[in-house]
Amino acid sequence: MITSKKISSKIGIYSLLIAGVILSIGPFYWMLVGSTLPSGEIFHIPPKLLPGDHLAKNFQSLNESLGIAKIFWNSLFIALVYTFTCTLISAMAGYAFAKFHFKGKNLFFFIILCTLMIPSQVTLIPLFEMMVSFNWLNTYQAIILPSLASPFAIYLMRQNMKAVPDSIIEASRVDGAGELRIFFTIILPVVRPALAAVSIFLFMSQWNSLIWPLITLNSKEMFTLPVALSSLIGMARIDYGQVMLGTTLSTIPIMLFFLLLQKHFISGILGGSVKE
Amino acid sequence: MDQTEKVVRTTTDFRVKNRKNLLTPKNAPYFFMGPAFLLILIFTVYPVISSFILSFQEVRGIEKSFVGFSNYSRLFHDPVFYKSLLNTFQILIVQVPIMLTLSLLIAAGLHSSMLKGKAFFRISYFMPAITALVAASIVFMILLDEHFGIVNYFLSFVGVDSIPWLTTPFWAKVSVIIVMTWRWTGYNMVIFLAGLQNIPSELYEAASIDGAGKVKQFFLITIPQLKPVFIFTVVMSTIGTLQLFDEPFILTNGGPNSATMTITLYLYETGFKFFEFGYASAIAYVLVLITAIISWIQMKLVGDEE
Repeated sequence: MITSKKISSKIGIYSLLIAGVILSIGPFYWMLVGSTLPSGEIFHIPPKLLPGDHLAKNFQSLNESLGIAKIFWNSLFIALVYTFTCTLISAMAGYAFAKFHFKGKNLFFFIILCTLMIPSQVTLIPLFEMMVSFNWLNTYQAIILPSLASPFAIYLMRQNMKAVPDSIIEASRVDGAGELRIFFTIILPVVRPALAAVSIFLFMSQWNSLIWPLITLNSKEMFTLPVALSSLIGMARIDYGQVMLGTTLSTIPIMLFFLLLQKHFISGILGGSVKE
Repeated sequence: MDQTEKVVRTTTDFRVKNRKNLLTPKNAPYFFMGPAFLLILIFTVYPVISSFILSFQEVRGIEKSFVGFSNYSRLFHDPVFYKSLLNTFQILIVQVPIMLTLSLLIAAGLHSSMLKGKAFFRISYFMPAITALVAASIVFMILLDEHFGIVNYFLSFVGVDSIPWLTTPFWAKVSVIIVMTWRWTGYNMVIFLAGLQNIPSELYEAASIDGAGKVKQFFLITIPQLKPVFIFTVVMSTIGTLQLFDEPFILTNGGPNSATMTITLYLYETGFKFFEFGYASAIAYVLVLITAIISWIQMKLVGDEE
């Protein structure tokens, strides 16, 4: 009696969880299927749930209307350069705040913490004016530079570097290692997991970012993927096959990356706020 | 032997001292912090101040003139702005509790020890959190189509008439909430899961010895122990929702009839469709004010904890 009750409650939990999985993954599956269908068949009753043969055609027309290779490259280039530079800059700043005592340290750190609390939307208009006056609209640097110092990443690196014992830094100084060398050969290797988490976080936020690129990019060949996608659905006649393929292309790389690096990924996207 | 070692030591010391190290422990921190701090001054601090000044100005072409509080007083009489505030808070008040309850339930389900395939479930539920909001919104825009969308198709099997998801004010808000919930539930679930793993198992053992059932344990142990995690997720979701932009921009573009106009979307339209920089800056500062108030409440709550 008790066991049968237990079994049925187990079946209940499993079926709820599996229903949830279908709701979570279903839209992905459908996006993949949609990218292989012509526009008309995406809106079909009953819906087509198996892949069609329109993938190459969709790719061709997507390439004609957007130049998808260049757009993919824009997104990738911006995200990679941004991630690398921002991680380095944040690690450096985090190191300064975690391991040094210097004049003005508290004030500097307070200013950085304040910017963490301010919603970034408030900077949009002055930044746009700045980009116009630098003549930087439709450039990579317009996307990369304004968010290159991330207060969040700095804070996170500082927290992680605090755990590095002072004694190894002191010991290497006594051995005559220069400050740069200590940073690159001793500190950075120790905080590798944090570097991985921060880079994934930064990469994702740049790869997916919409509003700032939307404001600063208006020529097609400079678009990033999110801007390109939003331009596709703003067209008078929307070709949904193209749209589905575009969303697939913007999602697939991240998905693969995620399945490979799951653990790092989860802690990265959560911004290292959760320790497992 | 001792002697030679000493000699070697002194020569190396000599070499090190003679090499010109530009970075000393004294100036190194400024060098390490410099790039980040400079960037923050130029691209955050300056714009924040500039935006504040702009909110008291009117911008015409390249001419700027001070207009006192008129941008702010205009806000008070702007029905669309009121609507955007109201919409943002309506979405916030409905979406955040639904999402967090779901996240918590799934996390509790996955945490229970007898379950197999935890890793599979965890990955599956987390998957939506890796998609671009733009991509998610586009996919749902098609799924939720009134006449040919899959959602209405499946609903028709259980006898629900086709729902005008994106074309009526009420359902458009619901659609935005659905997309947000789909995108963020797994994300918060992982946070709860980590929180659950940190609850000492002795608490549960003691409770079951005292004869407390699973449900009682959930409310008397799990929920109170998760309070800090709760506060964290509530604050993060609240601040995120206040800045809501991508989903309504793609799904409905603020419509129909401004039903999904949010604060940030209105700021974007005012600033970059109508180029009213002064007025848009005033909107931005209202957002700053609201965020500040909510952060303050949060600090109070966390402060009580400690």
